[in-house]
Amino acid sequence: MKILVLLKQTFDTEAKITIEGGKISRSGVSMIINAYDEFAVEEALKIKENLGGDVTVVSTGGDGVQDALRQALAMGADKAVLVDPGTDDVDEFTTATILAKAVSGLEYDLILAGWRAVDDGSAQVAGRVAEILGIPIAKLATKIDVEAGKATATCEIEGGTEVIEVPLPAIITAQKGLNEPRYPSMKGIMQAKKKPMDKKGLGDLGLDAGAVAAKVKVLSVSLPAARAAGKVFDGEPADTAAAVVKALREEAKVI
Amino acid sequence: MAKGIFVFAEVKDGKIKKVTYELLCAARKAANALGEEVCAVMAGKGVSGLAAALGEYGADKVFVAENDALDKFTTDAFTNVIGSILQEQQPSAFLLGFSIRGRDLAAQLAQRLGTGAASDCTNVEVENGQLVFTRPIYAGKAVVKVSIPEARPAIATIRPNVLPIDAPAAGKTAEVVAVSANAGDVRQVIKDIVLQVSSRPELTEADIIVSGGRGMKGPENFPLLEALADVVGAAVGASRAAVDAGWVPQSIQVGQTGKTVSPTLYIACGISGAIQHLAGMGSSKCIVAVNKDPEANIFKVADYGIVGDLFNVVPILTAEFKKILA
Ligand SMILES: Cc1cc2nc3c(=O)[nH]c(=O)nc-3n(C[C@H](O)[C@H](O)[C@H](O)COP(=O)(O)OP(=O)(O)OC[C@H]3O[C@@H](n4cnc5c(N)ncnc54)[C@H](O)[C@@H]3O)c2cc1C
Ligand SMILES: Nc1ncnc2c1ncn2[C@@H]1O[C@H](COP(=O)(O)O)[C@@H](O)[C@H]1O
Repeated sequence: MKILVLLKQTFDTEAKITIEGGKISRSGVSMIINAYDEFAVEEALKIKENLGGDVTVVSTGGDGVQDALRQALAMGADKAVLVDPGTDDVDEFTTATILAKAVSGLEYDLILAGWRAVDDGSAQVAGRVAEILGIPIAKLATKIDVEAGKATATCEIEGGTEVIEVPLPAIITAQKGLNEPRYPSMKGIMQAKKKPMDKKGLGDLGLDAGAVAAKVKVLSVSLPAARAAGKVFDGEPADTAAAVVKALREEAKVI
Repeated sequence: MAKGIFVFAEVKDGKIKKVTYELLCAARKAANALGEEVCAVMAGKGVSGLAAALGEYGADKVFVAENDALDKFTTDAFTNVIGSILQEQQPSAFLLGFSIRGRDLAAQLAQRLGTGAASDCTNVEVENGQLVFTRPIYAGKAVVKVSIPEARPAIATIRPNVLPIDAPAAGKTAEVVAVSANAGDVRQVIKDIVLQVSSRPELTEADIIVSGGRGMKGPENFPLLEALADVVGAAVGASRAAVDAGWVPQSIQVGQTGKTVSPTLYIACGISGAIQHLAGMGSSKCIVAVNKDPEANIFKVADYGIVGDLFNVVPILTAEFKKILA
């Protein structure tokens, strides 16, 4: 079973956001593997452990993304591919076009991704890649079973779950609950240093800036107004609860 | 030339989803400013009876695709059918809800039509003759405004429960256009559907949410919140701590790795207010927090805070709400 994982490096969820020169500043921000992509890596490793095969992590982004890829290699992935988009002006169309091109040069039975990136993610990239590659997708999986030629995923739907079967090759996106990602072992970290990291540019994939030009244009970036501190009631529950319910009706007018 | 603001009319359990009305009202305002028409696109089995009434919320026309293959939602069938309607009609914009289905279709359709899409938007405006979308990013810690200057249709998914629904124009009907629907090659086979039966509203559409965290101490105490929820007609949510402890299902987790919610009123009980939790509920209109720790971070965002033991406070809150709602 040849498994690819689309992996995005994102800001740590604790990161404080600052704006510099009209853009979100990366300085001083610690970077992590997108939380949902970590589930995807873990699932790929479990499938490999059961069925044999190998796991390749694929990403597009700047040089710093190697850290996230190395971490996936330390968890147990076999190879990494990193494509530099050569620009900061990327949207989901750009990212998906690059990833699909990188992926189409590889052998694969199954592609795993996160359902959304936790930073500026928009829950688009996996669907777009499926569309470009012409392969089926199942989204928001909390359980995945793979057999010869097909995958069965239990997926979140509104108000419940559904079991979706798709023929392979297919893309499946991970939802929280799929698994508990492992921590890299010391041995894994040592081995990761020697695993292949294939770095490419757009030209290596037969693409150029025009072919991946973003369709979405950012007009402005700002920080939201902070919520004003409200009223805090401290005292006997009978008084505080009554005072808040009264305020909700008369002041906030929400009830 | 591309013309018309199109809206995905999402049907669930034989009913139009609330976000559809939010989309139609936003589309109507934008269309008036641009001198365009508003059209809805509806797909499913046995849904056409719902179409004409969308006129009350601003739809001029509704394209309806009926087909047995659209009985259950699948990415392929809906993308094929709606994709061909959009290819035929060439709208200037297509708006969907950032619901599970809406965002699924948005990604697929945007790529098929070779266009851009703005996800999870909280506002749509017309500036200099084009649509401008507002998107909270980095879990609400920053906000971007974006446009899709050239590619058509400009696609956007809109966060449910944020945009207002205007008073319906009673009796106004939309022109219903039946379109032949070819669902094409559908590769997703639905083997089973399991729905949790609940009389409470869906989390992302609820006006009021009562949420519990680690302070609830165990699953046996959640009925305390359910009793409050039932009195005010709320949905029940939870922090990740409560979900990871196995007290409540993942489907009700609020936050960065859970649901994003924007209710009118969010009542947080025994939740400390970690940044990842605030990410999911920070856009609530009014926040109430019950926490025994006066230093808890949740008090920094709460409009009304109650310092106290939730086991004492929540039952009294329930009784007080019951009184004023009687
Ligand atoms: C990548 C990542 C993603 C995450 N995603 C999410 C997410 O989506 N959603 C989310 O919620 N968290 C998320 N978290 C976890 C988050 O950081 C916090 O750990 C979590 O929100 C804490 O939950 P809590 O507030 O219920 O628990 P705690 O932080 O333990 O707080 C419990 C609170 O209950 C109060 N309390 C205790 N007993 C009582 C009582 N009797 N009466 C009143 N108050 C009482 C305490 O004073 C305390 O403030 C994420 C973390 C990471 C790293
Ligand atoms: N730059 C990227 N490199 C690799 N994978 C990505 C990238 N961006 C997004 N993805 C994948 O697509 C998923 C959804 O991302 P998004 O559509 O940006 O929310 C992520 O969880 C990743 O699996």
